Amino acid sequence: MSTQLATNTPAAPPSYEIPKIARFGSLGVVAILMVAFPVVFSNPTVTTIGVFAMIYLVSVTGWNIFSGYSGYIALGHAVFFGIGQYATAMLASYWNITPGWQTFLLIPVSMVLAGIAAVPIGFMLLRVRKHTFIVLTIALMFIFQLFAYNFRSWTGGSQGLEMTPPSWSGDIFNMPFYYVGLGLSVIALLTSWVVRRSKFGLGLLAIRDDEDRARSLGIKTTQTKLIAFVISAVFLGAAGALYAPFVGSVYPQFSFDPAFDLSLAVMAFTGGLGTLLGPSVGALVIASAQQYFLLTFGGANVFLIVYGVLFILILRLLPGGVVPALSMQWQHHVVRRERRKLESEPQQEGVAKQ
Amino acid sequence: MLIAQAVLEGVLVGGFYALMAAGLTLVFGVMDIVNFAIGALIVLGAYLSYTVNVHLHLDPFVSLFITTPIMTVLGFAIYWFLIKPIKTDRVVMSLLTMFAVATLIEGVLDLTFNSGLVQIHASYINNSLKIGGLNFPLIYVLSFLLSAFLLAMLFLVTYRTKFGRSLRASMQNPVAARLVGINTDKVSGITLAIGIGMAAVGGMIFGTTNAFNAASSYDLISRLLVIVILGGFGSVGGALVSAIFMLVVQDVVSVVWSPVWGSTTFYVILIVVLLVRPQGLFGKKGVRAQ
Amino acid sequence: MRLLEVENISKSYGGIKALQLCTMNFTEGAINGLIGPNGSGKTTLFNVITGYEQPDSGSVRFRGKDITSATPDEVFAAGIGRTFQLTRIFPRLTVLENVHIGAQRPGLLSQMRSWSTADERERAIESLDFVGLTRLSREPAGSLSYGQQKLLEFAFIMVARPKVMLLDEPAGGVNPSLLKHLGGRIKELNKEGVTFIIVEHDMEFVMELCDQVSVMHQGSALREGTPAEVRNDPAVLEAYLGTDMTEAK
Repeated sequence: MSTQLATNTPAAPPSYEIPKIARFGSLGVVAILMVAFPVVFSNPTVTTIGVFAMIYLVSVTGWNIFSGYSGYIALGHAVFFGIGQYATAMLASYWNITPGWQTFLLIPVSMVLAGIAAVPIGFMLLRVRKHTFIVLTIALMFIFQLFAYNFRSWTGGSQGLEMTPPSWSGDIFNMPFYYVGLGLSVIALLTSWVVRRSKFGLGLLAIRDDEDRARSLGIKTTQTKLIAFVISAVFLGAAGALYAPFVGSVYPQFSFDPAFDLSLAVMAFTGGLGTLLGPSVGALVIASAQQYFLLTFGGANVFLIVYGVLFILILRLLPGGVVPALSMQWQHHVVRRERRKLESEPQQEGVAKQ
Repeated sequence: MLIAQAVLEGVLVGGFYALMAAGLTLVFGVMDIVNFAIGALIVLGAYLSYTVNVHLHLDPFVSLFITTPIMTVLGFAIYWFLIKPIKTDRVVMSLLTMFAVATLIEGVLDLTFNSGLVQIHASYINNSLKIGGLNFPLIYVLSFLLSAFLLAMLFLVTYRTKFGRSLRASMQNPVAARLVGINTDKVSGITLAIGIGMAAVGGMIFGTTNAFNAASSYDLISRLLVIVILGGFGSVGGALVSAIFMLVVQDVVSVVWSPVWGSTTFYVILIVVLLVRPQGLFGKKGVRAQ
Repeated sequence: MRLLEVENISKSYGGIKALQLCTMNFTEGAINGLIGPNGSGKTTLFNVITGYEQPDSGSVRFRGKDITSATPDEVFAAGIGRTFQLTRIFPRLTVLENVHIGAQRPGLLSQMRSWSTADERERAIESLDFVGLTRLSREPAGSLSYGQQKLLEFAFIMVARPKVMLLDEPAGGVNPSLLKHLGGRIKELNKEGVTFIIVEHDMEFVMELCDQVSVMHQGSALREGTPAEVRNDPAVLEAYLGTDMTEAK
């Protein structure tokens, strides 16, 4: 009944996929390393870097679920990071939470609050075209910054809010934060994986490629985008809820910080926007580097310069990101290997033509 | 009276924002890119005028003869090396690139000049004319006149010159424009160069009327974006109306209520407009395209 | 009740009257050709039928239901699929994923979160098999040749089992052997009961494939009939100003 198109591809194309053993093996190794990290490198300076790396890992993975998969680059997700921070600080004082393990219970609460906030925000923002959307997310962030400065009775204005640090001893202080962060990252990655493989994820990817065509084929684009938006906001809220007790204070300019949004974008793009693992790799590498430099050199303006240049370079030279580029290299390697195999087996089944 | 004064200042300052917003929306209309770096570029222009003013002791208006050519060339260079090579997804990629450029410029400025607030001085800065009971600060009046003059020049160039025809053709239909022999790359490059050259002027105006530092770019860009969104991307008339309107409202609210609420109204208006008419006051209601 | 009724559709853009009181009679169950000189309004008519454009006046009824103001996804869900002159596929998704999108049953919220069902996967593979692209299932759609992309578009429309398929210049830019393959697929699907309306400039393709041909001129219907009738009609020849029509035998 079916007629196959004659194509020039050989009968069985070589498998381009990295063999499963290598893939799961390397993931396993990475997982073990990450769990053992604070135990092995117990220097608090190093583990502080680790905690920040986890915070960014959760943030970037969550951000990628929306911006990476749908193509709507949101440059204002600092809003949800800030909501997470402020919610945690305000609730901790309002409910008289004992500093320490109990504070972590506020993380799910902040996640829910961030998610709830994301619904009307997303609904409003997703009605416009892509470029206006991007610009609006930035404007949104400034709006929230303004509110944080001005609703002084709630947010403490420019004095910010304080959170009493837990009374853990100095050498293991960072470890609970690190492991909670690691746990959140695992949840974020799992969510990203589930989304990617589901029909919902397929809808997002279709929207990224051609939104109108997707809509004409029955995909409920507004609903799909909104749900992804809310999911990403939830993870940013979680990151904020981890950040606030760790740093101990919440200020408007650091909660709603354009540099934070920039770093999310740079990390995700460098790693590979819209891929599953790319942004996580980008986050781990760049966030660690960022914290290391901040601790060693200080000075926010150097960051802006470095990030600016890095972003320009990535956008110009490798807009797909590093991880997909590496995977392309692997594919080329496989092709070359297969070709060498064919060439070294002369006159086999008349496959080789002049 | 106080309100009348506020309206007046809103109009005068609005002229500056109108000029900058016109450049921003024109660049979008011709090239489909959002020049997100305009805020940082204005601050760069301000610092350039400041440096010339401090080291060469030139009047700020005179300094423009130095700063404007520098920034115009910079604008062309940005187009040629960063924007022109973009092949896919122009709008988003160019926006992100300009976002990166803005960050870079801000970082460089902060590193070079530190975060102390400065302002460009001229002997007549604090003079003002008193007409009909209203106070016309001289510097605002001069700036407004300069902005109005440049906007008029922009209008003349766009509607009365051959280049302007090419510009309008590229705006309406880039493919067709290329088919009739218009070098759309050159047109785009020149348009961006003009937009950024105007930022030099804007920088001087901004620098003389405000105390600024590198971080001032955030406030500028967020306001300009709101103005352009409100006016509708691509509509120069919309940008003009919206700039004057927003500034007048902001100033009146600042006076009647408080300066903080003045800034907030800016954004509140944005939200209201978005809910009611997402394409802006004068924007085209298109099918949601890529 | 006819399957698809297009009555007195008018559509103007500024001063240009793209469609003027256009009434078309498409034969149900047949392969209908829609031809006409450039600018006669064929693509505009397709846009109106499928909800990409709203007519100024007139109505479109599908199975008795008025779909004049329906949006593209509503039209698709009702059972009318449409391809585009310049293929619109999802370049970064694989061929199989492209077809999956059309295979989804719209509507149920729960569907959005779950994996694709076995039934949908089966239909997607069946579709790909039908057009002959199975071998390329895992390739990104953007890497396909133009002709292959046309087949892909065909596949992801047909997977939703539409009652009517509107094909906008399917032969454009396609090589002869692939064209023959496509023609075969259209005939095959038509035997299963799908009505086709094909806009085309390639006269040989239209004449060979279509049971009925409608000719449009200046925004309205000029003639309808079998290929043979239309081919020799003097009014039609005049409308084309003696170009393609007189060259075809």
